[in-house]
Amino acid sequence: MRIRIAHETIYRYDTPATKAIQILRLMPRNHDGQYVVRWRVEVSEDCRVEPREDAFGNLTHTFTVDGPISELAVRVAGEVETQDTHGIVRGTREKFPPSFYLRQTDLTMPNTAITDWANEILGDGKSPALETLHALQQAIYANFTFDVNATVPSTTAQQAFANRHGVCQDYAHIFCSAARHLKIPARYVGGYFLRGDGIVNMESGHAWTEAFLPDLGWIAFDPANGICATEAHVRIATGLDYLAAAPVRGTRYGGQGEAMAVKVTVDQASKQSQQ
Amino acid sequence: MIAGRRPEPELSSRSPSFFDEMRAPDGSIRPAYQQLAFWLDNIPKDVLDYRRKEAEFIFRRIGITFAVYGEAASTERLIPFDIIPRILNRGEWQKLSRGLEQRVKALNAYLHDAYNKREILRAGIVPEELIFGNPVFRPEMNGQAVPHNIYVMIAGIDVVRVDPDNFYVLEDNARVPSGVSYMLENREIMLRLFPELFIDHPVAPVENYADDLLATLKSVAPLTSSGEPTVVLMTPGIYNSAYYEHSFLADKLGCELVEGRDMFVKGDMLYMRTTEGPKRVDVIYRRVDDDFIDPLAFRPDSMLGVPGLMSVYQAGNVTLANAPGTGIADDKAVYSYMPDIIKFYLGEEPILKNVETHRCREPEHLKYVLDNIDKLVVKEVHGSGGYGMLIGPAADKKTIENFAAKVKAQPEGFIAQPTLALSTCPTFVEEGIAPRHVDLRPFVLTGRDKVRIVPGGLTRVALSKGSLVVNSSQGGGTKDTWVLDR
Repeated sequence: MRIRIAHETIYRYDTPATKAIQILRLMPRNHDGQYVVRWRVEVSEDCRVEPREDAFGNLTHTFTVDGPISELAVRVAGEVETQDTHGIVRGTREKFPPSFYLRQTDLTMPNTAITDWANEILGDGKSPALETLHALQQAIYANFTFDVNATVPSTTAQQAFANRHGVCQDYAHIFCSAARHLKIPARYVGGYFLRGDGIVNMESGHAWTEAFLPDLGWIAFDPANGICATEAHVRIATGLDYLAAAPVRGTRYGGQGEAMAVKVTVDQASKQSQQ
Repeated sequence: MIAGRRPEPELSSRSPSFFDEMRAPDGSIRPAYQQLAFWLDNIPKDVLDYRRKEAEFIFRRIGITFAVYGEAASTERLIPFDIIPRILNRGEWQKLSRGLEQRVKALNAYLHDAYNKREILRAGIVPEELIFGNPVFRPEMNGQAVPHNIYVMIAGIDVVRVDPDNFYVLEDNARVPSGVSYMLENREIMLRLFPELFIDHPVAPVENYADDLLATLKSVAPLTSSGEPTVVLMTPGIYNSAYYEHSFLADKLGCELVEGRDMFVKGDMLYMRTTEGPKRVDVIYRRVDDDFIDPLAFRPDSMLGVPGLMSVYQAGNVTLANAPGTGIADDKAVYSYMPDIIKFYLGEEPILKNVETHRCREPEHLKYVLDNIDKLVVKEVHGSGGYGMLIGPAADKKTIENFAAKVKAQPEGFIAQPTLALSTCPTFVEEGIAPRHVDLRPFVLTGRDKVRIVPGGLTRVALSKGSLVVNSSQGGGTKDTWVLDR
C-alpha cells in the first residue's frame, strides 16, 4: 500500500518571538515492510536544518531561527510504501539490546494500580507471552476511552491509567509500563496511521508500541486500535516514551500569545491519484 | 556536594582500636606530626581559641557558606573550621595519589565502554542491569562521541584510613563533586593565622588548583574550537547550595560564571551573551545536574539549562565537564564492582581498597544482610544526603524491622557495609585538643594530557566525640590538609 502523508505545524505569535530552536523527529527510515518513496522536511524560515541520528537510531532535524518570528511553519510531506508483516518489525536500526527496553521512565513508571492490573492479565503466567501481550492490548483497547481533552503530553501512565481516558500516547505509555513490569521489553513508537473509516484529516500523528519476544523479535501492538500494526502504520520514531520519540521538541525565546495549528493528512496515494 | 551528603557509619563510643594519625598506640608521636605536636603543647589554649574565633570571623566576612536543603529558616550556614591541620607524609600521599589516578582512569574506561561497546557485559564482570537498569544511565549518551573520550574531568574521591597502610575509597563522586573551595579557603586562612607553622613544615601548595583545573578544562576543548578555548562555569544560580563555590571558582579560574539563560544555541554552536556580542563557548564546567542542562534532551520542564545544548554536544562543538551520564560510574551499586572494573580495564590490582559491600540483589548477600542488619550500615543504591539509610548499631529495634521490610521488598535497591573505624586526628574542641574522626576528599583532574591532583584535599571532621558522621549537614567540620613535601 502506498501511503501519502502531509503534516503541517504552524506556530503563530501575537508578539514576535526573537529566536526559536526545534529538534524534529519526523523522518521515517526503511525497514522490512516500510519503504520511503519520497519525503521532505521543510521549515518556513531561512535556516540550516541539521540532519542527525539520535541515540535510539531515529533521524532528527535540528534548526535554530533568529527572529523576529511571527509565524513558523514546519511542513513534512512524503509517500511511503508499506506491506503487512503481521505486526512483526524487522530490519530496524537497533542501538540497544532488547533488554534495555525494560527500563521505565518518569512517563511509564508503574504504580501498584498498574502492576496489579498487569499481574492480573498475566494470570498464572502459563500462557505464552504473545498471548499476554495481546490480552494487554485488548484490555487497554476495551477499557479506555479515547478522549483528546483528558490528557496532555506530560501526562504519565499512572495518571492516564487512573483516568481511564486518554489518547494513543497514553495508551502506549500504559502498555509499555505494564509490559516492562512483566519483564517484556517494550517501546514507544510514533508515526502515522491510515484510518480504515475513510477519514484522512487528523489533528495529530499516531502512537503505538513494540514489544520484544525472543523467538519473534519486535512485534508492534497498537492498543488504541486494538490491533497489531498493519500496512496502515507508518513508523517514524521510537524510544522509551513519548519524550524520546516526540515529533517536535523545541523552545522559543520571547514572543507571546503562541497559537499552534497542526494539520495531518494521511491518505492512500494510489487511491488519490485515481480520483 | 558537601551539604547533601549522607552520614557515614556511626559508632556510639571511641574504642582504642581506632587509628590515630598523630599518636601511635604507645603514645609516641608519628614523625609527620612531631613539630605540630610540640607546637600544640606550647601554645596557650586561649591563643588557640582566639585564633579559632578569628578564623570564624574571616569565614563569615568572606561569606563562605553552604545551604542545607529542607531548612527553611536558615538557608545559609557556616561550616565549622578546625584550626589544627591534618598532616600526611609524602609517602602516604604518593601511594594515595597513585591509587586515585588509577581509580579515575578505570572510571573513565568504564564509562566509555558502558556507553559504547559494553565489553564488560560480554565479559560478565557486571550485570547488564547495572548499566541499563540504572536510573542515571543516559540513553542520549549511547554511542555519543565524547571529546577525547574523557567523561570525568573532575572527580572527588572520598577516602578514609583505618590503619597506617591502607586507604579505603568510600565513594567515587563523578557527577558534580563540590567542596574544593573549602580546600583552598582553608589553606588561605591557615597561612594567614599561622604563618610560623609553614616555616617549620614543608607543606605542598594547593593554590595551583585553579591553574590545574583551567589547564585540564582547556585540554579537553573540542577539536573544532579555534585558538584559545573559551571556558565557562555554569551554575544553577544563587539558590543552589554550592553557589558560593561556583562564584569562587569562576573567579579563581578567571572565567565567566554563567547560568543557562546566559547562553544560547545557534546552528551547531553554543554562544554566551556578552557586552561585546555573542561569544562562542567551547568548554562548560557545569555544576548543573544532567537532568537540567537541556530541556530538549532531558527534563522538558527545566528552566536552568540551555535548549539545544545536547545538539551542540552531539555535533562535537562543545565539551561538557563532566560529561552527562557519569552517574552510572559512581552509584553505590557499581561501587562494589570497582575492584573488578579496575582489573578489567587496566589489568592492575587496585591500589586503594574498597569497603566490603553486600549487594542485596544477590540472594545470599540479602540473607546475610537481613541476619546481621543490626551490625551493618544499609544504604539505598541511589539515596543521598543521609536519607534512606540505616545505621544498624545506632538504630532501635522498630526502625530496624521497618527497614528490613523495605530491603526485602526491593532488594536490588540496597547495599550494606560494615561500620568503618575511621582514623582520628587531633582536633580543637571544647574540652581542648582531642582525637576526632576524619575522612578526605581529594580532587582528581583528568585532562587530555595528564591527570592532575593537587596534594591535599578536603578533610572533613566529625566534631562530636565518638561520632563518625563527618557530613557538614550533620554538624561536621573541615580541616586544612597538609601533604609534607619531603
